[in-house]
Amino acid sequence: MSGVRQVVGMTGDEAVAHAVKLVNPDVVAAYPITPQTIIVERYSDFVNNGEVDTSFIPVESEHSAMSACVGASLTGARVFTATASAGLALMYEILYVASGMRCPIVLAVANRAFSAPINIHGECTDQLICRDASWVSLFGESAQEAYDETILSFKIAEHPDVMLPTMFGIEGFIVTHALERVETLSKQQVEDFIPASRIARDRFSPDEHKTFGSLVLQDYYMEIKRQQEEAMQNAYKVTKDVMQEFSDLSGRRMEVIEKYQLEDAEHAIVAYGATAGNAKAVVDRLRAKGEKVGALKIRLFRPFPTLDIAQALSGLKTATILDRSATFGSPGTIVQTDIASGLYGRENVPSLHGYINGLGGRVLTLPEIEEIFEKSKDYNDVGMNSTTDWVGYRS
Amino acid sequence: MRNLAEITDVRINGRGGQGAVTASRLLAEAAILEGQYVHAFPNFGPERAGAPVTSYARICPEPFTEKTEVYEPHIVVVIDPTLLDDVPVTDGLKDGGTIVVNYDGEKDSLIKYFEGVHANIYKVAGSKIAQDEIGRNVPNLIMLGALIKVTKIVELESLTKVTLNRFKGVLGEKNVVAIAKAFEEVE
Repeated sequence: MSGVRQVVGMTGDEAVAHAVKLVNPDVVAAYPITPQTIIVERYSDFVNNGEVDTSFIPVESEHSAMSACVGASLTGARVFTATASAGLALMYEILYVASGMRCPIVLAVANRAFSAPINIHGECTDQLICRDASWVSLFGESAQEAYDETILSFKIAEHPDVMLPTMFGIEGFIVTHALERVETLSKQQVEDFIPASRIARDRFSPDEHKTFGSLVLQDYYMEIKRQQEEAMQNAYKVTKDVMQEFSDLSGRRMEVIEKYQLEDAEHAIVAYGATAGNAKAVVDRLRAKGEKVGALKIRLFRPFPTLDIAQALSGLKTATILDRSATFGSPGTIVQTDIASGLYGRENVPSLHGYINGLGGRVLTLPEIEEIFEKSKDYNDVGMNSTTDWVGYRS
Repeated sequence: MRNLAEITDVRINGRGGQGAVTASRLLAEAAILEGQYVHAFPNFGPERAGAPVTSYARICPEPFTEKTEVYEPHIVVVIDPTLLDDVPVTDGLKDGGTIVVNYDGEKDSLIKYFEGVHANIYKVAGSKIAQDEIGRNVPNLIMLGALIKVTKIVELESLTKVTLNRFKGVLGEKNVVAIAKAFEEVE
């Protein structure tokens, strides 16, 4: 890390836009109307002012936005887009095309609730339900992490052992529209971290005649899918390496999970995104009362860092899992079921208590999290080692 | 572990179009300039000019990770005096907290609005200063001048810098003069 750290006040959306500006991708294709974010609004200013070389393609829907990204990516271009909630849902079909065709597109998601009823506020269901689309998937807690994950994502996605699209999410309004201090990187630092242009082994070009997106039936479809799984497994190690390299570059420690006050803990509060910040604040309050509790933040959601989470939770009594997403008729919350699968059959595992909370921007206050923590301990005391509750709603 | 007492939550009560969001943002930017940590955000809902709106700034000299909304502010700033009749502006205000109101009348008549509220009450004629110094009723940043005088949450110099950075030229300079006047005149 060289030079003086520059600190700027930015919203989460602005932080992403400024980080993308440093990366200067070849193409940004985006649907410019609600539920679009301020990310591409700011970025289109950069394009308009000649501050970046990017070709900006405004399209008529998110389905088209992701389709344009796929087309551009296949020419070897470095491609970025952003969306939220319903927009991500409309991209869903093409998410699979992007990963199946191994397009290292980077997508910023402002995590916001789905309709109906109509709502525009924070909730992470939109991104979590993309878990099987073969995209690397990260969550950020703050404007700083939004900034950092923007830059990281290009490096992970374009790594020759990965070549998968990568999305990262920050929660609507409480991060996207909130001003925080952000330590910025210089253009030179980013250029040293990511090659100036994407190195594409296979691409459309006037000189190379290749076929992309061909019909593949029973003969080879499954082999193609298996390659995606191997790429996803590679992404686990690559993400760790890239985060280590980024930590060295920025001086900010970045890992696939973040452990807070877990060394001597007997209990953990597990969360991701902005809720993880609240979990850490609650850990401070509970520690002040003498509770041996720590927080575990999940930054990388796909590939799921099963081993890291299992090690972090090993030997604990309870894990309180705060999940800001909706799932219906499921055996647990979305993240809880992943953790439960990952821990099954291991020894010294904590009891797992999942809590669906914060839907549609509903605030889960710090005192409420403290109450939930007590509830988990009560469950554990009576031998209930797997529970799922909805919290923070009027019945 | 952090000293939990060091966080200050500020709520700005205004009306749509009066710059409550800009005020919370610039207050936070001034704090950042001083090396403080912030989380500042508007309360988003249907946006209509003239409707009551709120925005928030959470400020701390040390890093903090809370990402909750502000329900119990230490400080409330009322940008529009007509809100006093329409909105419970002291809702959630911490016991012994501070409220700063844009108010042109006598302080005694203002205090009557807050019977039973245990808070430090301050007023400044923000709209009048705005008319005199800027030529329009835009008291949002002016109220920050009064706020920082009585709470010392950021320095006047920092607020001046971020104001000039946000509003280039004459408008920025006029705002700075008006902010300084409110800083002097708050009572």
